[in-house]
Amino acid sequence: MTQWSGYLGLILQGALVTIELTLMGSVLALIMAFLAGIGRLSRFFVLRALATAYIEFFRGTSIFVQLFWVYFVLPLAGISLTPLQAGVLALGLNVGAYAAEVVRGAIQSIGREQYEACIALNLGRWQGMRHVILPQALLVMLPTFGNNAIELLKATSVVSLISLADLTFQAQVVRSQTGNTLMPFTTILVIYFVLALIISWGVRSLERRMARGLDGVRV
Amino acid sequence: MLAPIIKVDAISKSFGAFKVLDGLSMQVMPGEKLALIGPSGSGKTTILRILMTLEKIDGGHIQIDGEQLYHMERNGQLLAADERHLAKMRQKIGMVFQLFNLFPHKCVMDNVTLAPMLTKGMARGAAEKRAMELLDMVGMADKAKAMPAQLSGGQKQRVAIARALALSPKIMLFDEVTSALDPELVEEVLNVMRKLAAETDMTMLLVTHEMGFAHDFADRVLFFDRGRIVEEGKPDEIFRHPKQERTQGFLKKIIAAGHRV
Repeated sequence: MTQWSGYLGLILQGALVTIELTLMGSVLALIMAFLAGIGRLSRFFVLRALATAYIEFFRGTSIFVQLFWVYFVLPLAGISLTPLQAGVLALGLNVGAYAAEVVRGAIQSIGREQYEACIALNLGRWQGMRHVILPQALLVMLPTFGNNAIELLKATSVVSLISLADLTFQAQVVRSQTGNTLMPFTTILVIYFVLALIISWGVRSLERRMARGLDGVRV
Repeated sequence: MLAPIIKVDAISKSFGAFKVLDGLSMQVMPGEKLALIGPSGSGKTTILRILMTLEKIDGGHIQIDGEQLYHMERNGQLLAADERHLAKMRQKIGMVFQLFNLFPHKCVMDNVTLAPMLTKGMARGAAEKRAMELLDMVGMADKAKAMPAQLSGGQKQRVAIARALALSPKIMLFDEVTSALDPELVEEVLNVMRKLAAETDMTMLLVTHEMGFAHDFADRVLFFDRGRIVEEGKPDEIFRHPKQERTQGFLKKIIAAGHRV
């Protein structure tokens, strides 16, 4: 029984890697989402085309293949990444493509009258976007961003395939060393679930805080 | 002799196959208070939106304060205005909307100070001081920290007026500013506008269905129908002795609907 605590430690180390991947991947995904989401609404054809190509490509191919490409094919072009870098890059780009459509949709959901108020107050396009449109759109994006973050968390398990020691990878290790399947896989099942719950709660409380005052009841 | 501050010359504008403005021309003198009346679809709101650069024109010219609005003079040629020229011209014009268009995520104070800080580089302190004066003028000083959702329609509209005034425009456009209000809230907004007309020499253009207010407020009334100005004159002439059949017909309908003239 004592040796389980050693194996549990192994799995918790994997949890740290998974959390790290999720956080860094989410940051990259957010950046890509805003770049591509706003890019799709640009006045300039080139920016629209680039954003659309990015979104369609990364939504239209499997995360699994994207990761293998980043890790095994890029080195052929002289770009070698560590497994962590490759994982963050593939996850961030992949989830960012989905989230970009969330950004675009949320921006477009803001009524025309808000844009017209910006023009009437002589705000520049970017000033209006930054101070008027995006703050309101962010509230619309948040719930779906929560979904995207949970998707990203679950997708991190693919990195075990490029031998990055995340939760799933460590569970495999424990299983092969002990011959026990139930314990490691049940443990990581619970850990994934708890991590997803934390994301849900975090996003919901952020949502509540941002919505404060908008309905005229809570201030 | 004073030059007109607004000079509209043969403007046309279509939405699809529908011709909203059909070779419209008009002039407004500095400080003049104008009421634009007429049936819906007659083009009166469209001309306000064109002056605010919210709609593009299909043809014609507009001069504001001696400068072309939709065109720029470069080496003796008239070119289509770019964003920078439009931004320069917009400084002269402010607009208040039927549905207020306040920023729901910002408190009253921030609604008023946002544009002066961003477009005129005013410091927060100076912008807030000016905002308080304006909010005081519209009777909203005690609500400076409130969110728009906590205000009544009339209060929102008074904040919207203060917000537009904060940029000190020479011309103010009011687009049916009381149409969305409950009847008992109309008067508080009209009072603010009366005060504004009495205390400033701003040029004011007002699209309205409040005929009684138009009569008292305006120096001149323009009756719009089918994209043209059918008749114009002093309020008494238009409301008491309209010459054109279409004006008479319109006023009759309005009176039948229970509006005071």
